[in-house]
Parts: sequence; structure tokens; C-alpha cells
Amino acid sequence: MARILTQTKATAVNPLKSSQPMGAAMAFLGIDGALPILHGSQGCTSFALVLLVRHFKHTVPLQTTAMDQMATVVGGAEFLEKALVKLKARTWPRLIGICTTAVAETRDEDIAGDIINAKGARPRKLIDTEVVLARTPDFAGAVEEGWSKAVTATIEAITLPGTQDRDPAKVVILPGSNITVADVEHLRETVESFGLTPLILPDVSGGPEEAVRDRWIPIARGGAKVELVRDLGAATLCIAIGEQMRRPAEALQGLTGLPYVMFGSLTGLNNADRFAWLLAAILRDNAPTAVRRGRMQLQEAMLSGHFHFAGRKVAIGSEPDQLLQFAQFFIGMGAVITAAVTTTGDSKALQIVPIDTVKVGDLGDLEELAVDADLLVTHSHGRQAAERLAIPLMRVGFPVFDRIGGQHKLSILYRGTRDMIFEVANIVQGIHDLPPARAPPEPGS
Amino acid sequence: MGRRFVRPHALNAWPGVDRPFVPGLEGPEMSSIETQMRDASAKIFRTTEAKETCHNASQGSAASGGCAFDGAKIVLQPITDVAHLVHAPLACEGNSWDNRGAASSGPVLWRTSFTTDLTELEIVTGDSERKLLKAIREIKEGYAPAAIFVYGTCVTELIGDDIAAVCRHAAQKFAIPVVPVKSPGFGGSKNLGNRLAGEALLEHVIGTVEADDPGSYDINILGEFNLSGEFWLVKPLLDRLGIRVRACIPGDARYAQVASAHRSRAAMMVCSTALINLARKMEERWNIPFFEGSFYGISSTSESLRRIAQLLVKKGAGSALLHHVETLLAEEEEGAWRKLEAYRLRLEGKRVHLNTGGVKSWSIVHALIEIGMEIVGTSVRKSTARDKERIKQMLKDENHLHQSMAASELYAILREHKPDIMLSGGRTQFVALEAKIPWLDVNQERQHAYAGYEGMVELARQIDLAIHNPVWAQLREPAPWKQFVTTARPAEGSVFISRSAAEEVPLR
Repeated sequence: MARILTQTKATAVNPLKSSQPMGAAMAFLGIDGALPILHGSQGCTSFALVLLVRHFKHTVPLQTTAMDQMATVVGGAEFLEKALVKLKARTWPRLIGICTTAVAETRDEDIAGDIINAKGARPRKLIDTEVVLARTPDFAGAVEEGWSKAVTATIEAITLPGTQDRDPAKVVILPGSNITVADVEHLRETVESFGLTPLILPDVSGGPEEAVRDRWIPIARGGAKVELVRDLGAATLCIAIGEQMRRPAEALQGLTGLPYVMFGSLTGLNNADRFAWLLAAILRDNAPTAVRRGRMQLQEAMLSGHFHFAGRKVAIGSEPDQLLQFAQFFIGMGAVITAAVTTTGDSKALQIVPIDTVKVGDLGDLEELAVDADLLVTHSHGRQAAERLAIPLMRVGFPVFDRIGGQHKLSILYRGTRDMIFEVANIVQGIHDLPPARAPPEPGS
Repeated sequence: MGRRFVRPHALNAWPGVDRPFVPGLEGPEMSSIETQMRDASAKIFRTTEAKETCHNASQGSAASGGCAFDGAKIVLQPITDVAHLVHAPLACEGNSWDNRGAASSGPVLWRTSFTTDLTELEIVTGDSERKLLKAIREIKEGYAPAAIFVYGTCVTELIGDDIAAVCRHAAQKFAIPVVPVKSPGFGGSKNLGNRLAGEALLEHVIGTVEADDPGSYDINILGEFNLSGEFWLVKPLLDRLGIRVRACIPGDARYAQVASAHRSRAAMMVCSTALINLARKMEERWNIPFFEGSFYGISSTSESLRRIAQLLVKKGAGSALLHHVETLLAEEEEGAWRKLEAYRLRLEGKRVHLNTGGVKSWSIVHALIEIGMEIVGTSVRKSTARDKERIKQMLKDENHLHQSMAASELYAILREHKPDIMLSGGRTQFVALEAKIPWLDVNQERQHAYAGYEGMVELARQIDLAIHNPVWAQLREPAPWKQFVTTARPAEGSVFISRSAAEEVPLR
């Protein structure tokens, strides 16, 4: 178990975190026909929206309650109700996900009560639309916590309680926030290839491909259907990916009795093996050819790639689940983690992360700790640090705004691990193939 | 949208509405915000138009435009050797840092993000003021900035942190300028934030450093952000005229330059609303005359340089300057027009939809018309009444001024009128791209510099590249399997399409 060094300074220098409501909004976007609303002042949403668009490189439906000073002081119920009614009529969402911000939460308003009142006051206007509340103030948590809270709230609000007839071929999968479009697609294909039906929540893999439309659709497209969320209890097993998903998995178990299996990460040969074993065990069948081929290819990639990893010093800055994912991956390939910075000390992922010390802090801390590193692994905001340290930056997590195609990068199971080995090996070769391997230190430095 | 008919909310941030007493917000701390709101009402908008520019009816509208904090930070952040400390929970800074392309010729400290990242415990126990003081000390010791700007935000204003007092105390204790910028997001729009930033500069920065070398050719440029380093396309022209930019606020500025800006002889205000209060009050206080101008487009650039020279001469510079300016302009204009001719052939008559946030609209409109393009629509949501008048005069017959920046409406407009290109900021980029309309970034994240004569040529080049890119023809090809589909199956999204017909149902 890693020793956790807590934050001692008062200033966050170059924050590693993105805010909690952002994570919640991203999770809601993985539900078909959903519309996330940030309950706060306009800037809360505006900043989040700009960052989401910079990251995803397409439009993101995100709305605001636009609280003003009056609402901030005496309560935003009226604003919330107005937003709900207006948006419902204008966009017909299947689900409205309300993510509270610090502006609404500092007063500690009874927002759940406000929603019930709004529904009661306008019963017809809000019929047919699920309203889910995730309490995600900015002054606590980060993307992971927000994501986890949104999924938990969705399950608690929508999933039918009580045990149901279980369909032995159905598997619920609750992926954490560090999942890409490519990951979801691959996950679905893999599970289907075993003859199982995956119910993935949230499903960020997107909507119909017909891009030319005659009308703008201002809500999330594709993703998990609300009906699917309702019947999650009819599955045979729940697979949670990442410690952040323990909460929703437990909520689901509490509601429906559905047992869950926890995966810290799906990256790396061992994790992928465990996942494949689990799927094979459910139907007591052999693994399909594609999966077996994938494992072989990964083995080959490990054989040709480990040279480039061995002894390399890697500095990682990311949220706990992703930290676990990458720490296991790099260490499994022979690299050394010389610096690890994360956003919170509370995650259980830190108990199994194979690093001696983990610092709770920001990119400023990472930059200090990474002085002798060969590779920096964090999101795009690490670019300044990488520049000053003169080492390459591998962009992972959220936000990645200065590279394209991030959502189509695979990082899980056999194929994803294989691809990541190639990526890292190529980054490393890119620097070390050039003679001299590194410029000699300047005199006096 | 008909939004202009919506009655402003009771506590309108905008003028023309009596403001009730708000407990907790009274007192001298809020005074600059209050002044700014009144200022906005009395001078910038005519009262009758206040309702039209009302921003408060936006619950549930796409999160268009930022908040006052956003506006304040935009204006002040490009001051390069200052540490910008955001006193807030994470979101204000954590979701927005390092997202603008202002360029610095020296210090990079402004790109380092500092926030107090308040936690629940600190907010509940009131420990946040102490944390702020500690943060100021850490920054002073660790980064030796020229000054520290402290931004008050929604939460810290709501819990009543006395930022001004902490800053005063810290300034004495650590012997460094510490400037409070009270800019809670709930106070109002980005424009309000712009003005609050100007107010903070007036109150705490400008005039605090005496210039040891005042000259009669010193000017201030206000509201120039040096995005993609574009002011460096203009500065050489000023250098050639012997005109010194004492302070360009805020683009590539140093704290000391801003602090001694009161010793300039004249000022040019580039951005039509962002720093109007600053320009006006500097004129009142230090007798620095200003004019509004733009460096976008050839004639605008020439006109601006001419006006600068005129103001300087009026304030005592040698009248030979006027002659020098004309010589320079003639030479530069000729060169630029020669380079532009190539693009004029390719761009003449092309129809542009302009969807910038507003403040820059009119200057870009002017520039585009210069190369024979037609502006067929623009957003005026954040423009002032004066901006709007200007834009109206410049638009072609089929003008589509629209108030709202809601994606659905914009998409509909683009699909209906099919302009040849849309110019906007990143937020609406994908509305254009999904409508398969060529698009060029003209806002803060843009990659290219468009100011001055060279910048105009670059803008034309980029528009040309965007419009004539071969991808558009390929993208508009239908999918090959379409021809085999005999009965039209409803697209997956159609369930929403049919439903959204109900969109028009009036709600109030």
C-alpha cells in the first residue's frame, strides 16, 4: 500500500483536478437522451462547456440554471424550476441530470426538495422525463467522484428495486470516468463475442452516425437507454471497473441484490486475463478467436516492447483509478514510477497501487517530483511542466485539448494494452534513438 | 427567441431596474460592482435598451457567455509577470486555466495557475481568509512575481471573505502589490467582469508607479490582448513612427508598464466595450484622450494609426508625425493591397456568417467587407447598442442579426442560409462543422495573428484555405449505401426530431 502524502501548501499551482460537476455531467452524457444541467452561476457552466468541447472536439449538450446574486443569497429553487420546465419543453430529454456546483451548495440548499416541489407544481410539464440529482459541489472531489455520484444517483432514481428474474446472458458493466469511446466499443464487442449481452452504464460511445441532420439535437445521443437502466436488476452479474464505481455497484446491489465484481483496471495482461476468465466462466465456454488472438498479439507486443520500458523513470499525475491503471501498466512492463501525484487520498485504489508514495497535490508538485523522470504521464495541462523539464508528455485522462483522436485511443484489455505499449515505446524511441541520447547538462546547472 | 420581451428578473444585474437591498451584499466592498452596474446603465446602454441586453433570462438556455469572473480574468490575465491567484473552490480556475492564446515576449508566470482550491471544511470553518494569506505568501516566496492579483469569486464573496483587507494586509506584510479583483460570477455577465477588471486597475494599479522617462510619444493601447502575438504585427509600425507603447493593456503587458500607464499622452481603445470605463476614467483623471479603433482590416489599421498621431500632436508632439504617418500608411497599404489582390479574386462575393462573442464583431466585419466578402449574419448577443448600430450599417441586405447563441438556432440558420464560411470561437465550432460549413477560429484560441496589414493578409489566406479545402466536396457526398435503401427508414435521431416540433410551444 502506498504511503499517502497529504497536501500541505495553501496554493494549488497548476491544478491537476477538474471539478466534480464536470465529472457528473460527463457521466450523464453517457445516457441516451440525457441533458445535464449545472445548477450554479453562468460561469460554472460556461467554463465546463468550453473545456468539454476542447476535450471531446464536438458539441456537448450542457445547460445552466444561471443563478444570479439574488438566487445565490436566498436560494435557487425558482431558477432550477424555470430551467427544468423550459428545457423539458424545448428539448424533450429522456433524463435531466442536475449537477450542483459550489454556488448552489455553499448555502446547503435542499435541492432534492426543490426538485420535488418543481415536479409537484408542474406535474404535466415534467412527466416522462427522469430528473436525477447529483450533489457535486466544486469544493470537494474531482471528475471521478462526480462521475461516480452521477451513476449512483441515476441507479438510485431509476433502477427498479427488488429482485427480478435474472437473464444469465446479461452482464452489467459500470465503467469509470477514465474510459474512452474506443474502450466502450471494444468492451462491448468483447463481451458480445463471448455470447453475453453487456449493459454498459454510462455508455460514452456516442450516437447514430448520420451526421447531417435537418435539426440540431440539443441532448445526448446514443449511450445507455433509460429503459436499460430501469432493468439493470435483471442481469446476472455486475462488473465495476475502477474503485470509483464501487459506490454505484453497491447501490445496485442494495436495490436489486445483483452481486458485483470489482476490477481496479482492465489494462495489462493480468487484468485482461482476469476479465476474460470471468466472461468465460459465466457461460463456461472457451474464449472466442478474436480474444485469443488479442492475447497472443499482446504477448508479442510485450516481448518487443519491454526493452523500451525497462528502467525508464515515469512521473504520473492523474486521478486515483487512472493512476492505478497506468502505474500497474508501467510497472508491469519494467518501468519505474518515480513520481505519482493524485487528487485525493481517500480512494481505495491507492491501497493497491504498486507505488511507494503517492502525493495528493497538483501539477506543480508533479513538476517538482519529476525532475529526473524520462516521461511525464498526465493530461494536457502537463504541457508546461513537460516543456520546462524537457521530457515528452504522454497525454492521458481529462482534459486532452491539444491533441485530436483521444476518444478513439484504446487503453483496455489485450488490444488496448498492446496499443499503449506501442505508443510508449515509440515515444521513448523518438527521444533515445537520436544520438546523443540526451544533451549533456549545461555547465553550472 | 423573443427573449427581449421577457421581464428581467427582479434583481436584474442590468440597469433600469431598482435594486433592492440585499443583506450581505451591501457595504463598500460591493461598491465597485454596484458602480459598474450603474455605469453600465447610465452611460453605455440607454435605459430603454437595458431590457434588450438583459442577460438574466438565460436559465436553461445553452450556457452562452461566461460570468463576471470570466470577464475579469480575461482582461487581467495576459499581464505576464503577475501571479493571478483565484480565491475559489476548484472549478473557477481548475476548469479554465491556460485556455487563451495571448502571447508573451518574456515572462510566462501568467500561464501558471494559482488557486486556493477551497475545500468544504475551509468554507464551513471560515478558514479561507487565512488560507488566502498563506497562499499569497507562498507565491511571493516561490515565484517572486511583480504583483499578485487576487480574484474574489461566487463562493468567497458569498461567505463574506474580506479579500480587500487580506490583500491590504498582505501587501504591507510582504512588500509586494496585492490587488483585489472582486468579481463574483453571480454578479453578472462577462462584460461586467471586464469593467470590474478595469476598475481594479484604476483603483489599485495605474498611477502607483512613476515613470522615469515620460515622453511626448507615449501611448496606451487598451483592450488589446495580443492573441497569437498579433499585436507584434502592429508594434513595428508604431516603432517606425517613433511612437512608444508605454502600456498595452493587457496583451504582453508588464505590471510596471500598467502601473505607470497614467504618464502616456494618448490612448487607443481596441476592444469596443471591454475597457471603456478604464479609458474614460483615465481621461478624467490624467487627461489622457482616447479614441476607439481597431487593428483589423487595412483601412481600420490606417485610421487608427492616423488617430494616434493626431492625438499625440494635439498633446504636444511634433507635427512632423502626421506627415510620417501618411508616408508609412501609403507604403504599407500599397503592399497589403497588392498581396490581397490574389485573394480578392477567390473570395469576392463569398458569404460570411460571423458568430463571435460580440466585442470584436464590428471590427472584423469591417475587415472582411474590405476584401469583397459579404456578411450575411452575425450574433450580437454580447454587443452593446452602439456595436449593433455599426454592424447593421455594414451588413448586406440579407442580414440576420440574432440575439441568441443557442446551438439549435445557429444550426438552423446555417442550414438554411448556407454561408460559405462561419467565423466564430471554439464553442460554436462544431455547430458549423456538423452543418458541414467551413469554419475559422477568430476568438481566443485561434492559431493565427490577424491584426494589422500583415494580419489582414493572413486572415484572407486562412479564409481562402478554409473555404477551398477539398474536404468539403468529399464530406457532402452521400453514403454509398443510400442508393440501395428503397423505403426511407427514419433515422435514429428522428424520434427527437418529431418531438422537438413541440419546441415552439410558448412556455410562459
